[in-house]
Parts: sequence; structure tokens; C-alpha cells
Amino acid sequence: MKILVCPLNGPRPVSEFAYGGEVRPGPDPDTCSDAEWSAHVFNRSGVPAIKYEWWCHLASGFWFIAERDTLRDAVIATHPAEMGRRPLPPRGAP
Amino acid sequence: MPHRLLRFGLSRKHPEPRMFTRHENLKPAYDVVIIGAGGHGLACAYYLARDHGIRNVAVLERGYLGGGNTGRNTTIIRSNYLTPEGVKFYDESVRLWQDLAVDFDLNLFYSTRGHFTLAHTDSAMRTMRWRAEVNKHFGVRSEAVDAAFVKRAIPMMDMQCAGHAPIVGALFHEPGAIARHDAVAWGYGRGADRRGVEIHQQCEVTGIRTRGGRVEGVDTTRGPIATQRVLCAVAGFTPRLLDMVGLHTPISIHPLQAMVSEPLKPWLDPIIVSGSLHVYVSQTARGELVMGASLDPYELHSTRSTLEFAEGLASHMIDLFPFLGEVKVNRQWAGLADMTPDFAPIMGTTPLEGFFLDAGWGTWGFKAMPVCGKTMSHTVATGRNHALIEGFAIDRFEHYRLTGEKGAASVGH
Ligand SMILES: Cc1cc2nc3c(=O)[nH]c(=O)nc-3n(C[C@H](O)[C@H](O)[C@H](O)COP(=O)(O)OP(=O)(O)OC[C@H]3O[C@@H](n4cnc5c(N)ncnc54)[C@H](O)[C@@H]3O)c2cc1C
Repeated sequence: MKILVCPLNGPRPVSEFAYGGEVRPGPDPDTCSDAEWSAHVFNRSGVPAIKYEWWCHLASGFWFIAERDTLRDAVIATHPAEMGRRPLPPRGAP
Repeated sequence: MPHRLLRFGLSRKHPEPRMFTRHENLKPAYDVVIIGAGGHGLACAYYLARDHGIRNVAVLERGYLGGGNTGRNTTIIRSNYLTPEGVKFYDESVRLWQDLAVDFDLNLFYSTRGHFTLAHTDSAMRTMRWRAEVNKHFGVRSEAVDAAFVKRAIPMMDMQCAGHAPIVGALFHEPGAIARHDAVAWGYGRGADRRGVEIHQQCEVTGIRTRGGRVEGVDTTRGPIATQRVLCAVAGFTPRLLDMVGLHTPISIHPLQAMVSEPLKPWLDPIIVSGSLHVYVSQTARGELVMGASLDPYELHSTRSTLEFAEGLASHMIDLFPFLGEVKVNRQWAGLADMTPDFAPIMGTTPLEGFFLDAGWGTWGFKAMPVCGKTMSHTVATGRNHALIEGFAIDRFEHYRLTGEKGAASVGH
């Protein structure tokens, strides 16, 4: 079974978590163009890479950031959201 | 070895039949280069040569022919979708499937079984009625049926699903079928090969050359090729190819796993899908149960299998058919599904002139191979999107005009 280390709850089976997609800084909705906005809404960086991702520990409702290699499925590190890559407020989550 | 057999073996009158011609070298230029020798790329090559007279075509494959999702899928063919665009498109594909084996002179083991999408709740039943009405409107044979009908058709199923998800009815789709996946790729490949198309295996595209917003050629692990037209049909590798030309799409890659049981005597004729239990199953001509479930829950570019998947799938299969507890699982595997947010494909021309896309086929693109080959060959030959694929254009997201197929595609494939 795959184990993910939750910054709040420690090592837990991956089935206890939900994936929330890549952490993506968005454009300013007041100043960006329609095309920039729709690109932000829909487009994703689909190539394999080491990505910063939103994850949620479902039982405790705790959102955090994981740094994960999407080619090898290796989690490199997990951080509480405020220590991530200057992340977004959780508004970007699903 | 008996003399008679040796004479037969060495005789020139009986050469060893080969499926495909081996080409040692790439030519410096082709009229069309197709990236990916899965069913989609090969079908397009076949119809380009057969229907459009374009034969100076190379199909480039990084691995082996049919080794991608084509050789990993669970082969469900159906047209009981939800959107008018989808229903018309898949219905045309089902029609094309009917004489494909004769076209190819190859047994595709195409077997019409009937397809049940089980409903376990009233709200699921409502979606089934909706789909049935859309389907009938376009002349596709689908009916919402009640629990008694389901019980008569599949007497060995536990209609209570161990008590926690009683079956209240289903969408019954008579034309639902399965076929031999490899044979489809071989049939299209051999048909294209015989008409002059070159298939190059173990030849990976590493770059796409462009100038002034149009395609000039491709770089491969076996050298560069000049061409004005490129079709990208690489399923789980689509984002990597699009990255080479700087195009952005919503496609993200998730593994989709499946497994088969040991062979059993024939007992299950129809194809069974349950959206609520997230499983589907059919029995092949060889007697194996082919079983699948939903996508892996997060992005990953790896075809590894997991125990969690096998356990989850097995436990829901036992809900439907308790006696399967005695049956062994023989194999488990995964493919890389190229998922779109509306569960419809992305097909046709792109902002890069000469670069055509047939992608976003996620978990449901096997059934569409014939119609994709037909419509993409038309699109590549004329430079204009075929009428049947207009709802699948790459710019639909920019205009918020999605083709919402999730209600009919998310587990059923
Ligand atoms: C487990 C599973 C079950 C499924 N079940 C069903 C089903 O029941 N019904 C249904 O309709 N659909 C189903 N599907 C979906 C279906 O399998 C796919 O949509 C379909 O096979 C896609 O075909 P393709 O030819 O586009 O891609 P593929 O068969 O994946 O072919 C793409 C090819 O491109 C090659 N390639 C990639 N990058 C490069 C490069 N740089 N250079 C050269 N070649 C490259 C790959 O090696 C590969 O062979 C299922 C998929 C999976 C994984």
C-alpha cells in the first residue's frame, strides 16, 4: 500500500487522501484577457514532471502541498500549505 | 522431421506469411507522418491510402504496434452516449465496425452481446431514461428497462448486490459489442501496409520542426523527416508531443487499470456496467472475464498495477456475482488514459498549420477507431475538420462550449 506523509497526521495510506490538482498561480481576473482566463480554467501542464500538488487528508479535512514526481509516483516532500511554494489560498482546490 | 513436412517448409510456393513489411530505412520525406501506431494512427493511415489515395505515409511508433492503450483496453463497443455529437459519432463507428472483418479479411471476433448499464438508484434511472431518449432520437437502439427485465437477462446476478446497492433497472443497449483489440490494429496496419504505407516501429518522434506557424518535419531517434502534415495520435503521450509544439490543452494523464480472470465456461453473454459500483465486466470468446473499474485518482505517467485496484474491483465483482469468490485472477495491467474535463475527445486541425490532433480518448477510444480513421483521414487530406468532429475541436474550451459526455463515459468506457 502506498503511504503519504500528511504534515498534520503523519504517514497514512494514500486511500485516505484526495488529490486536488497542481498548485497553479492564476492570472488576476480583473486585468487578464478572456483567453488568459479560459486557458487558466481549462488547460493543464500534462507533461510528467516534479510538481507541487494540492492533497487533502479526508478524515481530518486538512489540505496541504505535496511535491511529487508524476513520472515515478515518488513523493519527494509534503508541506503545510503556508510553507509551500508561496501557494495560493485554498480557493484553487476542487 | 518427416520429409514431406520439410519439403513443404522449404518450398517457395508457401512463403511464411508476414503481417507487415519491414522497412530498414526512413525516407527523407513523406506526404503525411502519423505519430503513434495504435488503432487510431493505423486507422487514419488505412483510410488515407484507401479512400484518399494518399499512400506516401509513414506511421512512426516508439514501441511496438498496438502496444499502447490499443492492446490494453477492455474492448467495449457501444453508442449509447449522452450528447447528440457523441451519439451520432459513435453510432457511425458501430456501423463501420460491422463489415470491418470482411474489409480486412481478418477475424476480429466482433461479438454483439447487448450492454447493460445498471442503475442502483432513482437518480441513476433518470440518467438512463435521458440517455435512452437521446439515443432513440438518433435511431440508436437503447431502452430503459426495469429490474425484472435485468433479472431475466442475467439470472446469475445478485439483484440485491449483497443488500447494499439493489438494482432498480438499467439502460439496455442492444448493439453493445466486444472485439479482439490486437486484431483491429493488425487489420488496419496490414491494410495500410499493403497499400504502400510504411510502418516504422521502434522509431520515436523527439521533436517537431515548424517555421512561420506551420509544420516542416519531425525529428526521430532514426533521423529527421521532412513533411507538411503530421497527425498526432499518441493517447497517453499527447501532452509530451504537444509540449514540443507549444500547444496547451486540458488533457491530463491518469492510469486506467484492468484485469482478467482464469477462463470459465461461457455463462455471461451481455456486457455489464455499474456506475455506482464502478465496475464493468464481459466474458471473452476464450472464457476469461475482462473486468475494469474507474481511473486511478491522480495524475501519473506509469503503467504500474496496484493491489488497491485489484481489491476494490474484486470486492464489487463479488457484490454482483458472489460465486466469483472461487475464481482466480490471471492478469492485471494498466494503460495511460488521456483525460479531458468533458469526457469528449480533442480532434482535428490545430492553430499550428499542418499539425492535426486525434487525442483525449481517455478510457473510451477503442470503439471509435473506425470513425476516427474515417474522419481524421478526411481532415488530414482536405485540411478541414470533418462535419462529425466539429463538436470535438481544440478551441471549444476557449469558448466554454464543452461537449459534456461524463454521464455516459465516466465508468462505462
Ligand atoms: C485499461 C483500459 C481499458 C479501456 N477500455 C476501453 C473500452 O472498453 N472501450 C473503449 O472504447 N475504449 C477503452 N479504452 C480506451 C482505448 O484503449 C483508447 O482510447 C485507445 O486505445 C486509444 O488508441 P490510440 O491509438 O489513440 O492510442 P495507443 O494505442 O495508446 O497508441 C499510441 C501509440 O503512440 C506511441 N507513441 C507515443 N509517443 C510517441 C512518440 N514520441 N513517437 C512515436 N510513437 C509514440 C505509443 O507507443 C503508442 O503505441 C481503455 C483504455 C484502457 C487503458
